[in-house]
Amino acid sequence: MEILVCVKNVPDTGEEEIELDGNDLDYDELTYVVNEWDNYAVEEAIQIADKVGGNVTVITVGNEDADEVLRREMAMGAGKAIHLEDEAFEKSDAKGVATILKAAVDKGKYDLILTGAQADAGYGAVGGMLAAMLDYPYASLVNKIEAGSGKLTVGREIEGGNTEMNEIELPCVLSIQTGINEPRYVGIKGIKQVSGVDIPKFAASDLGLDESSVGEEGAIVKRQDYFIPEAGEGAEMLEGSDDEIIAKLIEILKANGGL
Amino acid sequence: MAQFFAYVQHADGVIEDTAAELAAAAKAMGADSVTAIVTGSGVDAAASAAGEFFNEVYKIDNAALAYPNAEVVRKAVAAVVPAGSVVLMSHGTFAMDMGPGLSVKTNSAYIADVTGIDGVDGTTLKVVRTELGGNISTHVNADLANGAVVTLRPGAVEAVSGGVGGAVVDKSGDAGDLSAKRKFIEIVAPAAGGVDITKAEILVSIGRGIEEEDNIELAMGLKEAIGSKAEVSCSRPIVDAKWLEPARQVGTSGKTVKPNVYLALGISGSFQHLGGIKGGIIIAVNKNPNAPIFQVADYGIEADILEFIPALTEKINDL
Repeated sequence: MEILVCVKNVPDTGEEEIELDGNDLDYDELTYVVNEWDNYAVEEAIQIADKVGGNVTVITVGNEDADEVLRREMAMGAGKAIHLEDEAFEKSDAKGVATILKAAVDKGKYDLILTGAQADAGYGAVGGMLAAMLDYPYASLVNKIEAGSGKLTVGREIEGGNTEMNEIELPCVLSIQTGINEPRYVGIKGIKQVSGVDIPKFAASDLGLDESSVGEEGAIVKRQDYFIPEAGEGAEMLEGSDDEIIAKLIEILKANGGL
Repeated sequence: MAQFFAYVQHADGVIEDTAAELAAAAKAMGADSVTAIVTGSGVDAAASAAGEFFNEVYKIDNAALAYPNAEVVRKAVAAVVPAGSVVLMSHGTFAMDMGPGLSVKTNSAYIADVTGIDGVDGTTLKVVRTELGGNISTHVNADLANGAVVTLRPGAVEAVSGGVGGAVVDKSGDAGDLSAKRKFIEIVAPAAGGVDITKAEILVSIGRGIEEEDNIELAMGLKEAIGSKAEVSCSRPIVDAKWLEPARQVGTSGKTVKPNVYLALGISGSFQHLGGIKGGIIIAVNKNPNAPIFQVADYGIEADILEFIPALTEKINDL
């Protein structure tokens, strides 16, 4: 089975307060990491290839910094990587990214294409768009995959902790939900081993793409800014020394039958 | 002006509450009239229920639509909406499955998980949504020249009241080819047994702020200190990391809970998590003062839970 996994490098915002520089992110304060969902997708691809045979290729649309993410996923076990890089790709909307990926998919032959269920912008759109452009079947939020002959049995995470089981024909596109597996640890040694690997790069012209169909020019959905919404009524913040705060909290717990 | 449609989800003849929010969202985008689309097999009850909130209801009745398989429903919806239409859906696991592909097949813009609508200026739709796990907001403009598929976060807009009385139009004959390469098999419910967090009066609920598996003990210690009324629950990342079992997860993809007190410790407050909390007093402890959880909590404490939990546990044990 030839498996392609679409990955993305995203700002590592963690649980810390996000710093803004005017109406944009403060990029000096940000480090980039692989999108959390994508790690699960790569792990799943490796496990499928181990089980039924095949190869795993990781692909990304991104600037030169995205190289690090591709090498990290190769260190996990992906055999090949493809880097789609062009200034014309910058500020693509989801449809632009799917258009670029579609052009790259057309140059290869893949049975299964995986994406993370969502990334930093939270649209969760690229996988579904790519599938529709390719006329492949699609399933989102996949948390279980069993490989069969010419088809897969996949579970989708739906509301209420339920799983929706489907049979899906190959080739297909699946978006992978977190928790489907336990992504393997990647050590510095593993990353060093792939540091010299040549990763092919493709620009818009290599993919036969009209530059005006992608990037900022092609985008029909455009983010205007980042902002921190004005706090509404919100919570009553408990203030004071640690002891005072804890005393107030204990009173609230007592008043509500908690202690 | 584009034509406005809302895809209305339903089960057992009852439409989802979000239908009235979709009607309200279309109005906020300047729609004079909104058409509901109801698909399924034997959907007369749901279709007439949708007429309560919409000016018109397209009914697509076909055995192939008995279960809402996104690939099949997408074909049916794409077949009945004219080019340039705006199609609204409630943002959930079905919309995530169908929306992106529908926008490709209708050659329209896709705007997901909208939390606010600023209106339409010419052919530009102006909305608000969040990024980076809900921790920051953005204004987004979308060109409506070729229409759009918009998914709306549940609860983002105030629902319209009913009484519209829209007539049902049978569009079943227009659905076209409904064959699919993906087939629905069954719904599998989560395994029963184990801990039942829905019965606890106090939930000591932990999120990413707990940082390491070894720190789960802190939450367990606080639960022990409070006593038998308490149980430990968590947000999704804790279950993904396999630090706690799925039965302890609160949220739309986990359990719905209604304790007297919900102690949200190191939980930022994604809408999927908040969707699982249906009552009680929420007390949030988080080191990020901008964490969304503080917008919905009754009481907030800005603190690092790794220091706060042991301090609170000690004080309760001293009582």
